[in-house]
Amino acid sequence: MGSEFVALGLTPVLISAFAGMACALPGNFLVLRKQALIGDAISHVVLPGIVVAYLLTGQVSTWPMMLGAAGAAVISVVLIEMIRRLGRIEYGAAMGVIFTTMFAAGVLLLEQSDTSRVHLDVEHALFGNLETLIWLQSDGWGSLLDPLSLAQLPPQFFRMVIAFFVISAFTYIFWRPLVLISFDEAYARTIGTQATVVGFLLVVLAAMAAVAAFDAVGSIIVIAMILCPPATARLLTNDIKTQVFLSLILALGATLIGYVVAGYLPLWLGYSNTLSAAGMIATVSGLLLASSAIYGRHRKRVI
Amino acid sequence: MLWAALSLSLGYNATLVTLGASLLGAAAGMAGTFLYLRKNALISDAISHATLPGLGFAFLVAFGFGIDGRQLLILLSGSALSAALGLYFVNWLTRETRLTQDTAIGCVLSVFFAFGVVLLTIIQVIPAGRKAGLESFLLGSTAGMLYSDALLILILSIITALVLFVFLRPIKLVVFDQGYSETLGISVRRVDFIILMVTLAVTVLGMKIVGLILIVALLIIPAVSARFWSERTNIILVTATLFGALSGYIGSAISAVSPGLPTGPIIVLCCFGLFLFSFLFAPKRGVLAVALDHYRFQKAVHLTQGLLSMAAAQPIYEPKTQRLLRRLGYIRADGVATETGKSLAAKTLLNEKRWSYWQEILKESDQLDGQAVFNLMDIETKLTPDQIKSIDQGLALKQGERM
Repeated sequence: MGSEFVALGLTPVLISAFAGMACALPGNFLVLRKQALIGDAISHVVLPGIVVAYLLTGQVSTWPMMLGAAGAAVISVVLIEMIRRLGRIEYGAAMGVIFTTMFAAGVLLLEQSDTSRVHLDVEHALFGNLETLIWLQSDGWGSLLDPLSLAQLPPQFFRMVIAFFVISAFTYIFWRPLVLISFDEAYARTIGTQATVVGFLLVVLAAMAAVAAFDAVGSIIVIAMILCPPATARLLTNDIKTQVFLSLILALGATLIGYVVAGYLPLWLGYSNTLSAAGMIATVSGLLLASSAIYGRHRKRVI
Repeated sequence: MLWAALSLSLGYNATLVTLGASLLGAAAGMAGTFLYLRKNALISDAISHATLPGLGFAFLVAFGFGIDGRQLLILLSGSALSAALGLYFVNWLTRETRLTQDTAIGCVLSVFFAFGVVLLTIIQVIPAGRKAGLESFLLGSTAGMLYSDALLILILSIITALVLFVFLRPIKLVVFDQGYSETLGISVRRVDFIILMVTLAVTVLGMKIVGLILIVALLIIPAVSARFWSERTNIILVTATLFGALSGYIGSAISAVSPGLPTGPIIVLCCFGLFLFSFLFAPKRGVLAVALDHYRFQKAVHLTQGLLSMAAAQPIYEPKTQRLLRRLGYIRADGVATETGKSLAAKTLLNEKRWSYWQEILKESDQLDGQAVFNLMDIETKLTPDQIKSIDQGLALKQGERM
């Protein structure tokens, strides 16, 4: 369990933990604002963005892909809004039109172009490649104090940590307006909150979490982590501050449990293959939600 | 090649697939219209993603019993069961907890899909599982589809379309006016249930052709596109059905001649093409029509205001109004009114006076809805000669009182 875990297990756990928390944080407000499915839409449209970035630069490198993904996310949000206003279509349907189309375009682009050399395919986009994020340069726990081997951590790790801290800082700074627009947007406007701006920033932040998390853990875990921990926490408390903290703890817990179950349960049962960690983490978060929906103190609607 | 596929002469299998896809598209367009009009479009997203664990489970169970798990009927049954379970959870979460429906949809779709992925990693370990090609259900693939599979999808699609057809009347009533249909004794819950079951059937049948991730598009986009063309449920329904069928037909034909490409995305892009066309060019609700309407309205306002100022011999400062009047020959370049301009200005003033008098009468009798912009319309085309006569008499009376 020593150096082998540090090399093979530690980074995936940390990356998915930070990814889960980074997604859950904006998710709290999205759930309250009835914008839950925006995470679903964003994680679908990230694919064409990444494919276009790859086609333009010809390589799988971090920053062009991040930019491509972020660009696609912004374009999709603008398109959804445009279709909704100009075509007078309700939000959900407009979203359904755009994210399916962009995803389809992404898949076709991917199949048309020659990506056999690189690790880029639809399943990778959906399921992530958590298992490949290993830290081979490490040499036991001591490596955590060794700057040279720390620098060799997978780039996804640093990206995810940065994303998490940016999102946390935003949530801390904009706490009041965020809470206001989540519970009573009309009131927020009357006391002078820039509800539109804050609401848009919230979506951008969710997109940032989704994009940063996307190529490490895949889009399923992104959607699950944006929604499940906040929804679970919402059924456990009436206090928004408690809810946010609970959602972070739940995201962390789901990650740890899910990762251990996926990686070690089959081994303990005598099988040699591991299960999809991303899938298992999301499944555990769903089980947590189910139990809070059955036993949660504040699960009922207050009439 | 493409023509051969479109004219259904590319072999028996390809023809069956094309027919199946068109029929599926038609059924999806119909079911999607009802979902959309019930404001429930995105529930199809939960249904479609929730099929994955059932797909994996069915394969594993069949494998455990020693049956070849690739049998389409077994896989589809499993998918239908888990999709139904997912649907049940969405409703349960929405009903029993304070979570909103969109949250419930998102949670169910992500968790079910994730669990399906876990099952897929188990299946990949089994030697038979590696060849199972369950991944083809994600994005749809008609390449190498068996004759029996195509036939199965075709028959089930026909049955689905028939079921929808049988219940068309109560569904339409509920969609159109829920309260009224309740007084007729139609159970709204039951109708919603039928809509959802048909959606589920379409989703499961579409897995092989369109793929479970993108079948949502076939349920949402034709309905949304059709909405642009009419305000009547019947016409929307027929248009959506047609759009769905057309997308399935063209999409599967294109994919039949380009075997490397997954079928689903092509069909979805066909859907989107039809959407874009409707979005831009549909009469009345299309973007161009709305812009044109706006332009005409603006022009009418400028013209009326300009002519009224001319009648009152007031100077016109607004450049747009000036340009308009000059172009139509109502004023000369130096701003002096022409003869036609003068007579039209007088007519507009009379029109305006008559309308404002009519509006007063309406206001007194509490019939004014405050919405209509009367004075842009020619009163002589809107009211009867008798009404206008009485208005003129009233106006003359008012004139007399003032003098």
